Amino acid sequence: MQTVVELANLSVCLGKREILTDLSVELSGRTIGLLGPNGAGKSTLILTLLGFYPVKRGTARVLGQDIRRRKKQVTALVGYMPENDSFIADMTAVSFVRMMGELSGLPAESALERAHEVLFYVGLGEARYRTLGTYSVGMKQMVKLAQAIVHGPRLLILDEPTNGLDPSARRRMIRLIRDIRDSGQMHVLLCSHLLRDVEETCEEVLILKQGRIVHYANLAQERSVNQRFVEIETSEDHTGLAEALTEIGCTCTTHGSRRLKMVLPENFDLREIYRVAAKRDLLLRRLNYRRDTLEDIFLTAMEA
Amino acid sequence: MAVYKQTYKGYSGKRTTPWFRFFILARYSYARLFQSRFLVLFLSACMFYPLGCAVFIYLSHNSPLLAALRLQSAAMPPIDGRFFNVYCVVQGSLAFLLTTLVGPSLVAPDLANGAMFLYLSRPFSRIQYVAGKMTVLLLLLSLITWIPGMVLYMIQAGCVGWDWARANAWLASSIVLGLWVWIVVLSLIALALSAWVKWKIAGGALILGVFFGGAGFGAAINNVTDTKYGAFINLMQVIRTIWSDLLRSSSRVDLSVTEAWAVLGVTCALCLWLLAKRIRAFEVIK
Repeated sequence: MQTVVELANLSVCLGKREILTDLSVELSGRTIGLLGPNGAGKSTLILTLLGFYPVKRGTARVLGQDIRRRKKQVTALVGYMPENDSFIADMTAVSFVRMMGELSGLPAESALERAHEVLFYVGLGEARYRTLGTYSVGMKQMVKLAQAIVHGPRLLILDEPTNGLDPSARRRMIRLIRDIRDSGQMHVLLCSHLLRDVEETCEEVLILKQGRIVHYANLAQERSVNQRFVEIETSEDHTGLAEALTEIGCTCTTHGSRRLKMVLPENFDLREIYRVAAKRDLLLRRLNYRRDTLEDIFLTAMEA
Repeated sequence: MAVYKQTYKGYSGKRTTPWFRFFILARYSYARLFQSRFLVLFLSACMFYPLGCAVFIYLSHNSPLLAALRLQSAAMPPIDGRFFNVYCVVQGSLAFLLTTLVGPSLVAPDLANGAMFLYLSRPFSRIQYVAGKMTVLLLLLSLITWIPGMVLYMIQAGCVGWDWARANAWLASSIVLGLWVWIVVLSLIALALSAWVKWKIAGGALILGVFFGGAGFGAAINNVTDTKYGAFINLMQVIRTIWSDLLRSSSRVDLSVTEAWAVLGVTCALCLWLLAKRIRAFEVIK
């Protein structure tokens, strides 16, 4: 799998203050989440990857291209949706997206065709001839997404894409991000402080704190690992159940007289637990997979 | 892909060459500018004086028509450096007004709306951005300055003969050079000042202030100190000095030609410095 973002001892200073310190990581997921509290350096990292901030030490590569030596090649591969309002108020959405497409290298006719396509795709088909100044916050977010994908980039960088969106618009944005991810045609780097957005869309998560990487998690892997951690609760005392489950390969620990936590062996059929319990006339009141939420991961990382 | 199919599809078609992408900005800017009827009317009005000059040149070489109008050809002013110097002053002033009208709306809205990082996150540089925006002014100002100037020169050459054209080739190069210098200076000032204040109206006011305020302040300095140093900040006087020199036409001289070129050089350098500071995706506040 191709590395999407590769950082090697990357440090960035703004003025005399070091904002990012010795970041080293290789990210290759289809969707990568960039998490961290306010001021952690998420946006600075994104803007550095886009070549807006100078690198003080180390190197950074985007899709194999060095951001310092091959800035134009990097920007040609990237689509960027900024966090803040950024548009040209007296232009219609279709002219704006078309112009952005042309500036990314699309011929005028193709840019016009693509502008219509992406505006329909993000749900602004009916409003595409309105000037951007008349758009609501949600519509402006969508048009920012449209301009970021009009030229068919290989990496889409989204900086707080759900900022200012109502619940239905947020759901729509998340659905679009997932759809883009599932299309398999571009990688997505999502920067957000909303854990739910990242959890719903990302495979990998990089957590930053005070300009340093404090945790890297492959959410897909963690989810599959968590499938092997099971917690059960019985209606009566489970004397002998732990031994019986150990005999069929589970590793168990007891929590009180009615609770049992266990790690299942690979390719374990969950129905075996019910069979063993039935032999002992035990009623299972609850069976849960352990599920470390992203919030748990994030809070653990913040406490570290 | 049909527009009703709402699924994402990438783009794998051909790409344009990066060298001419700056012209895309100019194209879109023209499309917006020419929606204004006032601008179209003003541009039309700017053509009145060159049209009058063309009629004058034709008339001064048409003896039967002069006779019919009871005018004497000897009484007509000659078509020489002085004639074109007056042309430069008139059209140069109109170019200044047009710049005040158009210039501030080019850069200030982009900076005010935070559009810079949309441009610069693409394979599009700051230099290309400035070149694109400058092209708008350069072409528009060319349309009312040196292009009609060259048309007048050609009309005169056509009326008098190509020997005149050969003997006065310096006149053609002086018209082009003198007016090009002026429109470059005007464009740079307009872009730099509107990028500095990031507000269209304030940008326009500042351009007017630089020229009229500079002239007034310069005159005040001259009166108070009884020197001619005030001429250094009167850009209209500076460019007139250069035009008079290029067109070999005498005029009141407050500063030497070298000093005038130096003032324009410093002005351009200042504008470029201001643009380099302001045309950025983000400003780092220290």
